[in-house]
Amino acid sequence: MTLATDNSTDIPPRVWWSRPAFLPAPSSLRHAISAIGLGLPALLVLALAWELAPRLGWINSIFFPPLSQVLAALGEMIGSGLLAQHIGISLQRAAIGFGLAVAVALPLGLLMGRYALFEKVSDFLVQALRNTSQFALLPVFILVLGIGEASKIAITFYAAVFFLLVNTIVGVKSVDPLHLKAARSMGTSDWNLFRKVILPSAIPSIVAGARLGVKSSLFSVIAAEMLAAQSGIGYLIQNSSLMLETDRMYAGILTLTVIGFLLNYALVAFEARATRWRASEDKGFA
Amino acid sequence: MSLSATDLAPLAAPAAQRIALRDVRKTFQLKPGQSVTLDGRSSDRIPVLSGVDLDIPQGAFVTVVGPSGSGKSVLLDIIAGLTEPSGGTAAIDGRKVARPHPETAYVFQQYALFPWRTALQNIEYPLEVRGVGRAARRERARHFLHLFGLKGFEDRYPSQLSGGMQQRVAIARALATDPQVLLMDEPFAALDAQTRDILQSELLRIWEQIRTTVVFVTHSIDEAIFLADRIVVMTARPAQVKETIAVDLPRPRDIDIRNSDAFNAYRVRVWDALREEVSKAQRDWALAAAYNA
Repeated sequence: MTLATDNSTDIPPRVWWSRPAFLPAPSSLRHAISAIGLGLPALLVLALAWELAPRLGWINSIFFPPLSQVLAALGEMIGSGLLAQHIGISLQRAAIGFGLAVAVALPLGLLMGRYALFEKVSDFLVQALRNTSQFALLPVFILVLGIGEASKIAITFYAAVFFLLVNTIVGVKSVDPLHLKAARSMGTSDWNLFRKVILPSAIPSIVAGARLGVKSSLFSVIAAEMLAAQSGIGYLIQNSSLMLETDRMYAGILTLTVIGFLLNYALVAFEARATRWRASEDKGFA
Repeated sequence: MSLSATDLAPLAAPAAQRIALRDVRKTFQLKPGQSVTLDGRSSDRIPVLSGVDLDIPQGAFVTVVGPSGSGKSVLLDIIAGLTEPSGGTAAIDGRKVARPHPETAYVFQQYALFPWRTALQNIEYPLEVRGVGRAARRERARHFLHLFGLKGFEDRYPSQLSGGMQQRVAIARALATDPQVLLMDEPFAALDAQTRDILQSELLRIWEQIRTTVVFVTHSIDEAIFLADRIVVMTARPAQVKETIAVDLPRPRDIDIRNSDAFNAYRVRVWDALREEVSKAQRDWALAAAYNA
């Protein structure tokens, strides 16, 4: 560091490296590291117990193999590409179902939130469907759509669509009437009112619904695969269990934990980014 | 510039009246089950404007004062084409206003900036919906942002700006389309006194360059006198124009003009016109609370 000879100049420090947008801000990274640091001991205790309990004969190692054995099975499944294949299938099903849910819920939610008559006509139907478990409907999906991909995609669609729909409606209804008035005073057409005012107003609510919907889609596809499928991570877990390959079963469960963890982190980051204009309200002057 | 015969016909009157209100009436219908007591009788309708006649010449700065709840905002909404009058007509340049006029801009007390857009993007908005290209509208928005001394705040969201800055952005947004008519509904009422003084002077400075027609609603008598060529005093609800007072103070005006005898004389005059209406309106308060809700 050099000292300025004239201390009245107010030149900002030269920036050598600027953080790309996809990386978390240094402060949030520090926060994450400290959170992991504090949480790590508890995780290590659990891992140690998992390793020792079967080895010391406290629990039956057939039903509960030691962690090292599970990790070895996990490594073997990663190496053979088996795991990637099953993960890919599960994620693809969830993604297609979720994508369809977005495509249906967004326009429907915008209409239901905006037009009272439309909501009155459709609300009862939506409430009835919403309160029917997607798992209860799996046999129906299988009967109607067959045992193949369509029934699995249907259940992930059903699992996500109501989270998205309800939150879109809430978001649309929460639009500030003053914003509508201002937009109309500036000559905004009906279409632009939806696109440029109502939709952005509803985004925080929609994104919150999407976060719930993504999780619900993923959990539902796992359950569906356990009940009726020949592929996917849910099938892998269920099949390993039936074959008493418990190390592989636990490896599958661990994989799901990691996927869920990463997905949640990604969704939280996405939500923060989509609503950063709002988050800054809490922080005040940046 | 070419005008067809049909364009010219309504303009036959010689005076260049930009805004003409003829017997404008507005009555609000309450929701089913709601009612109010008016003059001892129960009613489900509230008359707010009862025959407003007003001519505003091109390039004039007109302020409107009146007791609370006297329908001043409703009057602006009618000129803006956001509310239909129950009777009478509002016309801009001889044409009846039926929907928001592209040459009209509106500034609200609560700024009404879109919180998901940055300062610059907010100013771009009216240009965007008019189909102005990205580069051109950005350039124009930047120009107006700088005009209000907000250079360096382009990428701030409204929540990161002070109230005074937000209202500057809102006025810049209104002016970005070169409006012929600028409607302002108590734009400085939510600001602290000092910011308010500064913004009044800033508004006058910029208005003197562009000389658009301004209709400015306010509760402050000082603000009404300081800004206006003409002050329109409204009666208590149901409102009419009680009196129009021409303000003959030299321009450009400095904040010190408020200490002059001439200014004080206007203060007395406006207050004389208002006093009776304000006390009438106070008796009407319960009702005002009901329909403001």
